[in-house]
Amino acid sequence: MINFQDVSKNYNGYQALIDITFKIVPQEFVSLVGRSGAGKSTIVKLLIGEDKPTKGRVTFGHYDVGKLKSNQLPQLRRHIGTVFQDFKLLPTKNVYENVAFALEVAGKPEREINDFVREVLDLVDLGSKAKNFIHELSGGEKQRVAIARAMVNRPDVVVADEPTGNLDPFNTSAIINLLTKINELGTTVILATHNKDIVNQAGRRVILIENGRIVRDEERGKYSL
Amino acid sequence: MISVATLTVMLLALIVFSSLIIFNVVAASALNSIQEKIDISVYFKTSSPEDEILRIKRSLEELDEVKSVEYVSRDRALEIFKERHIEDATITQAVEELADNPLSASLNIKADDPDQYSLIASYLDNSALEEYVEKVSYAQNQVVIDRLASIISVSRQAGVLLTVALAVVAILVVFNTILLAIYSNKEGIEIMRLVGASNMFIRGPYIVEGVIYGTIAAVLSTAIMLPVIYFISPYLKVFIPGMDLMGYFLNNIFTLFSYQLLFGIGIGIISSLIAVRRYLKV
Repeated sequence: MINFQDVSKNYNGYQALIDITFKIVPQEFVSLVGRSGAGKSTIVKLLIGEDKPTKGRVTFGHYDVGKLKSNQLPQLRRHIGTVFQDFKLLPTKNVYENVAFALEVAGKPEREINDFVREVLDLVDLGSKAKNFIHELSGGEKQRVAIARAMVNRPDVVVADEPTGNLDPFNTSAIINLLTKINELGTTVILATHNKDIVNQAGRRVILIENGRIVRDEERGKYSL
Repeated sequence: MISVATLTVMLLALIVFSSLIIFNVVAASALNSIQEKIDISVYFKTSSPEDEILRIKRSLEELDEVKSVEYVSRDRALEIFKERHIEDATITQAVEELADNPLSASLNIKADDPDQYSLIASYLDNSALEEYVEKVSYAQNQVVIDRLASIISVSRQAGVLLTVALAVVAILVVFNTILLAIYSNKEGIEIMRLVGASNMFIRGPYIVEGVIYGTIAAVLSTAIMLPVIYFISPYLKVFIPGMDLMGYFLNNIFTLFSYQLLFGIGIGIISSLIAVRRYLKV
């Protein structure tokens, strides 16, 4: 489903990725691990079409991501749910509205939006906080809102880039459990992180990246430095 | 949030733009009223036979540049002269005492365009006509005609330049305002992109903002012009008889307003498109 073929990425002469090749099949749970600056976020950016590869080919389903025009990117992004370390939630909207937003931009009808949002808020256990504003939530709750938003348009894949970077161990564990649950419901999950505990907790495929290269790619891998 | 500075600059551009339209109307009407009075008069020697003069009249009428030719016979010229001086007993008496009519027959020639008087004058200045023609009264008018035509064309050009300059300033200022709006909502835009909002969905609000500035400025500009023209109109009437600026303004207020609306909205859309294009990487 996702295919990186000999992908390199240069930022003004700095080589962020060098000849990366990997495949991700549907319903997989993949952890991208490595130190900060190893190139994890670059892979995420190339996947959602925010950056274009300097060399090589990135494909997602039938999309050739590197060649998409800016007016085709929204279509791609409706197939990918994204979760980031800094949550990226709108402070002027409440929990319900933040999640519904992802459906509104896709032009879904009101009724459908209502059903989907209720459902996904229950999934992340925030049904009771639908009317709360973002600043009234804890870090873990914020990240669960972000996951709910990533899930609500039923994407083929959820990409989480350091989702636990701002969370305590208890909330970290809850988020990883949630991502595992999402994966069990049939969605592909890509988790980029530098936290080895959570990788080991997940106990799934691990791709280790160092200095822009893949140094290890193992099923049921462990992450040790 | 409406930016007062943006609105002011936009308003200025619109006021100059509509002043230019109104100036064109005033100038055209001033030029017309003066052109009505301008003609080339050819005075014939008293010895010239009438059918010769009528032949010259016909040949003049065949010229493309000539709008009309009016023949004033010697008798008619005398009548006009008498009428004009009817209250001046000395002149009336003096004319009565003359045995012969001393006045020349003349042709009053009007051209379509003031530029063409020199062409007509040069046509009249040929040796075949010399035998009959006493004098051609063009030279005196020529300077006035030329000067008026050039004043009008220069001020029109200046108006266009000023409008363009202010439009550019307005575009830059609106551009800046939209830019600030985009910057202050950077996060929101990033999130919209991440959840797959279409480009139009993201750009739309900023283009609408430009349109709103244009619309408000057009309404304000019309509201400001109305009392100003009401005040100026009577003074203008003194300089250009037959010019009713207020009447013109009221009759064409919807046309003028829609021009301003188009111009303002145009500026708004152009500048927001530039801002969106340059700073909204979608």
